Amino acid sequence: MKRHRNALLLLIVVLLAALPLWLVKAPVPTDASPPSDIFTGTDDKARALISQISPDYKPWFTPLLQPASSEIASLLFALQAALGAGFIGYYLGVSLNREKQQRINQQKSGKQSDAD
Amino acid sequence: MHIMEGFLPFEHAIGWSLASAPFIGWGLLALGKRIRDKPEQRMLIGVAAAFAFVLSALKLPSLSGSSSHPTGTGLGALLFGPVAMAPIGTVVLLFQALLLAHGGLTTLGANVFSMAIVGPLVASMTFRMMRWLHCSFSVSVFCAAALADLFTYLTTSVQLALAFPDSVSGFSGALVKFSSIFAITQIPLAISEGLLSIVIFNALARFNPQELRDMAVLPAKRSGA
Repeated sequence: MKRHRNALLLLIVVLLAALPLWLVKAPVPTDASPPSDIFTGTDDKARALISQISPDYKPWFTPLLQPASSEIASLLFALQAALGAGFIGYYLGVSLNREKQQRINQQKSGKQSDAD
Repeated sequence: MHIMEGFLPFEHAIGWSLASAPFIGWGLLALGKRIRDKPEQRMLIGVAAAFAFVLSALKLPSLSGSSSHPTGTGLGALLFGPVAMAPIGTVVLLFQALLLAHGGLTTLGANVFSMAIVGPLVASMTFRMMRWLHCSFSVSVFCAAALADLFTYLTTSVQLALAFPDSVSGFSGALVKFSSIFAITQIPLAISEGLLSIVIFNALARFNPQELRDMAVLPAKRSGA
């Protein structure tokens, strides 16, 4: 039952991520405006709003290191996710093993106390 | 994610850094003490950091038509208290600022304040209040993580509105505009983060019930607020 519940929760997460791809329609591009992007990052939207509120503001510092291309950026994002997920998986594997070992030890000691 | 490099006026950048610094120091002391007292929890601290790493790398599309990512700081806040998440969140933000040009060094103080201080604080307080009201463990975890996520981005909106008040409607007008970008996008993502937090808590509770009983379900000795 618990396992089904987790699977259900994960399914809802996947749906929450996938549904917008169908439900949100890209704004119809007009001749005047450049083709509008959909699902851009919120930071870019915030930057656009900043330049709308105070057009004179100039960023006074630029990132030291820019990913060379969007491909490199997704590589680094994937690396970040892989590092995190890898560690969580490792931890769960270790925990599973430890639990198994404990159960075996308990059975052994149980048998021994029976023998005494 | 959060406020981009150079997009906070100098005084604001300094101010938020000064506001965040004591929490990072306090968090480092708290984490150090915990590792000394309970070295067996080192792995679990790693899991909390790894969870924040994974979730802040997941850029998800949202119903608002833009994309953003969850923060993953709620889990660690529930396990180790809100203060412990300040240095852990800083590491995640530094990784993204240095390697991905995401966030930034000048805005690090402000981003730490929203993601690694306000978010975890909201998570802890929500969790404690809901447990006190006898809500179930899962529901409490869900609300704590989801609200932490949402309040992180509300704080970002406040920070930007303070720095860039609207010429007509002032701070409140700018706050409405910024939060309509950040908070609305974030609502479905906050729900996702809440659900993912339940899943990982289920996994942790399955294998380490005693450890979790010692830490999360029983109220912590010291209030983080």
